[in-house]
Amino acid sequence: MADAVERKPPSGELVLSLRKVCKVFGAVSALTDVDLDVHAGEVVALVGDNGAGKSTLVKVLAGVHAPTSGTMTFRGKPVTLAGPNDALALGIATVFQDLALCENLDVVANIFLGEELNPYALDEVAMEIRSWKLLNELSARIPSVREPIASLSGGQRQTVAIARSLLLDPKLIMLDEPTAALGVAQTAEVLNLIERVRDKGLGVIMISHNMEDVRAVADRIAVLRLGRNNGIFYPDSSNQELVSAITGASDNAVSRRHERRQTPHGTEAEMRP
Amino acid sequence: MSGDAKTQPSLDRADVRVRHDAGFAGAVRGFIDRVRSGDLGSLPVVVGLVLICAVFQTLNPVFLSSGNLVDLLFDSSTVGVISLGIVCILIVGEIDLSVGSVSGLASAILGVLWVNAGWPVPIAILVALAVGCAIGIAYAALFNWLGMPSFVSTLSGLLAALGLQLYLLGASGSINLPYDSLLVDLGQTWIMPHVIAYGLVLIAGVAVFVTGSRRAAQRRVAGLTPPSTVGILLRALLLTVALLFVVWYLNQDRGVPWMFGVFVGLVVAMDYALTRTKWGRSMMAVGGNREAARRAGINVRRIYASAFALCSTLAALGGVLSAARLASSSQQAGTGDVNLNAIAAAVIGGTSLFGGRGSAYSALLGIVVIQAIASGLTLLDLSSSLRYMITGGVLAVAVIVDSLARRSRVSHGRA
Ligand SMILES: Nc1ncnc2c1ncn2[C@@H]1O[C@H](COP(=O)(O)OP(=O)(O)O)[C@@H](O)[C@H]1O
Ligand SMILES: [Mg+2]
Repeated sequence: MADAVERKPPSGELVLSLRKVCKVFGAVSALTDVDLDVHAGEVVALVGDNGAGKSTLVKVLAGVHAPTSGTMTFRGKPVTLAGPNDALALGIATVFQDLALCENLDVVANIFLGEELNPYALDEVAMEIRSWKLLNELSARIPSVREPIASLSGGQRQTVAIARSLLLDPKLIMLDEPTAALGVAQTAEVLNLIERVRDKGLGVIMISHNMEDVRAVADRIAVLRLGRNNGIFYPDSSNQELVSAITGASDNAVSRRHERRQTPHGTEAEMRP
Repeated sequence: MSGDAKTQPSLDRADVRVRHDAGFAGAVRGFIDRVRSGDLGSLPVVVGLVLICAVFQTLNPVFLSSGNLVDLLFDSSTVGVISLGIVCILIVGEIDLSVGSVSGLASAILGVLWVNAGWPVPIAILVALAVGCAIGIAYAALFNWLGMPSFVSTLSGLLAALGLQLYLLGASGSINLPYDSLLVDLGQTWIMPHVIAYGLVLIAGVAVFVTGSRRAAQRRVAGLTPPSTVGILLRALLLTVALLFVVWYLNQDRGVPWMFGVFVGLVVAMDYALTRTKWGRSMMAVGGNREAARRAGINVRRIYASAFALCSTLAALGGVLSAARLASSSQQAGTGDVNLNAIAAAVIGGTSLFGGRGSAYSALLGIVVIQAIASGLTLLDLSSSLRYMITGGVLAVAVIVDSLARRSRVSHGRA
């Protein structure tokens, strides 16, 4: 564990930095004082139990929800996202957990939604070719890109959503449970893809419940529990450590580690039953 | 080129599981598959139209006479334009129940400004359209900023516009438009010279062929499978021959009304906007999944605003045209079944009430069906009570077909 503490910070520039981000839905505090850093060329895995606030955090970063409070810095500049448009313009691409595809439109239309080539006379041929290339990169098994999304399986839809996020050459990619519905080959392909975009110098935030996948690609593992940071781990952390941080079983090693790594917000005591 | 294609299948033909229909037989097979899965397109309305024509023709042989059909096209154009706006609003999954009153208000504005105040016609028309547009923008504001359901806002708009129409027309209740004017000519007598009608049909046929083969060439160059040349040629030829026959038949009487030409022109332009532009794609996306559209960076509020504004503006234009058709602005304009017919036409033509699915051509097909029924029933001299009941029944059938087709699409994964 000692060597984990002395690990050098990632070398790439800081792409994204969140400080004390809170999000309140009525009576529910979905996020409380969440801090998160993502560097260029780094894969940060975001893990936590169901309802921990992972998807909410992703939506805040994607401009879907406005944070209740807190600051966000993107590539050194403080930013406020007024809507999804702002996030896309900054170069933040997102694969949402619910995929956010239009079932009535075909694959090409979904991949290019909002980014159509040639707005006054759509260039269908160029869009179709680019779609096939993106899908082939992901080894997608999609029979036809001219069928409506409704005719695709869950895994195929997920691949379309991932292809969509790659379209704009983003600086930061967020994938919310991207492999949940994928088969063995496609999961491997998505993990390869995550490594490829990392090697291209992009920042990646990946959410997954599969610890094996997380360990395979993540450079750091950020744990969320009940809407709060619950420690930063590394792929060589033991399963026990991770699981207890996720589930909140009172493990002294975890809490000691937590206190060393985080500036204490004085709220840890509340989290324990 | 062909050798290349054999060794390496083109991008869109790599998946071996998919049957790729080639040539004419393939096109027919693909069509049958689509229909079976509930993707009916304009099939029900074409079948319905043939049935309606057969029934009315046996009951009264005047029905399919050239003269009656020319009148039918005159009558279709006014409500058809209103229905085109309804298509827009239905595509984004909303409704406008006030199109009838807005059209009536527009005709009243036209009458008051043109006849009573002596303004030039173009200005009077522009003011009427601008008022329609403003009404649509008001609905959009209520919808976007206050979350007011369009069903409610347009229902109150129906009353407000009707009230304003009655107020403008005042005690007299109706204003006659001058018979010797261009606008009334357009609405009542103005017919395309026969040569021009044939010429337009030929231009349409050539345009279909040229755009089709240009697309095929682009796909071939890009390494995608092009549609078959025979298919493109056949389509263009069939269309040209069918339209030539229709125009020839209409020319036996007076010919094709200019007003109908205006309507068809609007339909073609709307179809282009809906299928070939980013705006149209955004309309479909908002109707299909509003939240997905928002997350894709589409300005959803602006799309709703454009749909509401377009719908009300086209309703106002429809009102101007029906004033021209009747040569008057009256308290009756836009009341009665105008509202219902405009909405029914869009739905009968195949635009879904559930949003995200529809085409400009459904306004054209649907209004011809509605007017065919109306004209047939008038020829049979049925009372208006029976006419309302029958039209209502036809609308119910259309909505049932829409619902069943939707259910079938869901179960075939094409919703
Ligand atoms: N739009 C919303 N309105 C109200 N509560 C929400 C909303 N979205 C999420 N929440 C709440 O926020 C908490 C975190 O949810 P979420 O971020 O989806 O968790 P997960 O980590 O499983 O992705 C949950 O308690 C959920 O009920
Ligand atoms: Mg989630």
